[in-house]
Amino acid sequence: MSLEASFLKNKAAIAGIGLTEFSKHSGVSELSLAAECVYAACEDAGISPSELDGFVSYTLDSTDEIEVARAVGAGDLSFFSRINYGGGAAVGTILQAVMAVATGQASNVVCWRAMNGRSGQRMGQGVSGNIISSDLIHWSWYMAYGMLTPGSWVALIANKYMDAYGVTREDLGRVAISQRNYALNNPRAFGYGKPLSMEDYLASKMIADPLCLYDFCQETDGGCAILITSAERARDLRHKPAVIRGVTQASTRGQEQMTSYYRDELLSLPEMEMAARRAYDMSGLGPDAIDAACLYDAFTPEIIMQLESFGFAEQGEGVHMVRDGALDIDGRLPNNTHGGLLSGAYIHGMNNIAEATRLVRGESCNQPAKSVEHVLVSSGVGVPTGALILGAD
Amino acid sequence: MDATRIKPPLGHDNAWWWEMAAEGKLGIQCCSQCQTLRHPPRPMCHVCNATEWHTVEASGKGTLCSFTVLRHPQFPGYEYPLIIVLVDLEEGTRLTSQLVDCEPEDVSFGMPVTMKIHEDADGFKLPVFVPAGAVA
Repeated sequence: MSLEASFLKNKAAIAGIGLTEFSKHSGVSELSLAAECVYAACEDAGISPSELDGFVSYTLDSTDEIEVARAVGAGDLSFFSRINYGGGAAVGTILQAVMAVATGQASNVVCWRAMNGRSGQRMGQGVSGNIISSDLIHWSWYMAYGMLTPGSWVALIANKYMDAYGVTREDLGRVAISQRNYALNNPRAFGYGKPLSMEDYLASKMIADPLCLYDFCQETDGGCAILITSAERARDLRHKPAVIRGVTQASTRGQEQMTSYYRDELLSLPEMEMAARRAYDMSGLGPDAIDAACLYDAFTPEIIMQLESFGFAEQGEGVHMVRDGALDIDGRLPNNTHGGLLSGAYIHGMNNIAEATRLVRGESCNQPAKSVEHVLVSSGVGVPTGALILGAD
Repeated sequence: MDATRIKPPLGHDNAWWWEMAAEGKLGIQCCSQCQTLRHPPRPMCHVCNATEWHTVEASGKGTLCSFTVLRHPQFPGYEYPLIIVLVDLEEGTRLTSQLVDCEPEDVSFGMPVTMKIHEDADGFKLPVFVPAGAVA
């Protein structure tokens, strides 16, 4: 690991998290959701919005940072930035904030994502809508054939992987049910009070073989903000800091957005392997030191594949962890303890970072009984992505 | 007129492929300097960085690398269930396409397939695949 990357270790911390209500119809603008979650993150940290001097979001977010800044009453801004690639941006926004804080470009940076993801523009509609602009030619290879949705793009990889390693629909169902069980205890989650049985799972309609309805994440209206400041300052604020031990973006050779079908590695996630290598190197930690995770979960098979990318299991053996209950609350790696994107809410992975922060604070609605020192978070699968390791101070 | 499939937007880097399809051919881009084949097309060779390229016509023979059966949502202009395939061409490149003249339950990994040109009612042509040996 280069000196430049390890320089960021322990320099910054998550001091505040802010969430709106999650729903299928917010009835308010995305700016309103953004302002609400950013303000909530400031309140959570005990930092006045007037102290915010940095704003980071996704290129897909519809709201300009200066609009949010005016709405919450931020002061002078010295840092603002955007990250591309949908849910792949989640961790990337944190890296921007950490670099800004560590290099003195800004003191209090908020990263947010606010979307009317169900009542407004639905990501699940893929390129059948109008989200595409500059990369039309890339999508042109898929549109004419009817590959218009994220499910259609992911299914080709999932089917191949499942065939190669004997992963069954029941195994995907185990992932979906594990996360639904967490959601049952989370009042913010879509799955709150809605149990999911294996029978329900297997009976649900097929969408893109081998994926059925419950293999897909939610579509949600809501916002989520993460406030980053120096580790030093975070120690004086309202909550126990979630110190950023490791953070990186990752895109590997030959990658396409969601359709990396043309390289040799179809049974693994090269971007996640790169993200793992860099995040572990930067933090000086390995998979054995990770106590819980919030792995990006737009689709159930992605969880199984990431267990391998991040070194929790050998190639092709991630499924055994799922069958052994490793992802459950008393398991080796409690995962997406808020219900995740699958059963909680789909705020493009920002809400997974918020849950990882809660786990480090010891405040999850499904806090494992064991001590949680380090939590791993990943962002979008199949797109240029990243990984984040949070640590208790 | 019934709804038709979404047409690919055409630009410098991909229009030639669809023009070949309209002529009944499956094209592959070939670097004119190092002769590396590449797909999907792009303006520079990732191996030698040459920008000169030409096209070769694929034999149309390949095997199934992966597949999915799309059932929902159903968009106008496509027939469901829609079998989407990843095909390893015998020339060595891989492409996404559609499998026709085959029931979803009869698709399998590694099955040999052959390209045929499908023509929509509106005259749009695109390369699709059929099980090898099937009457096209």
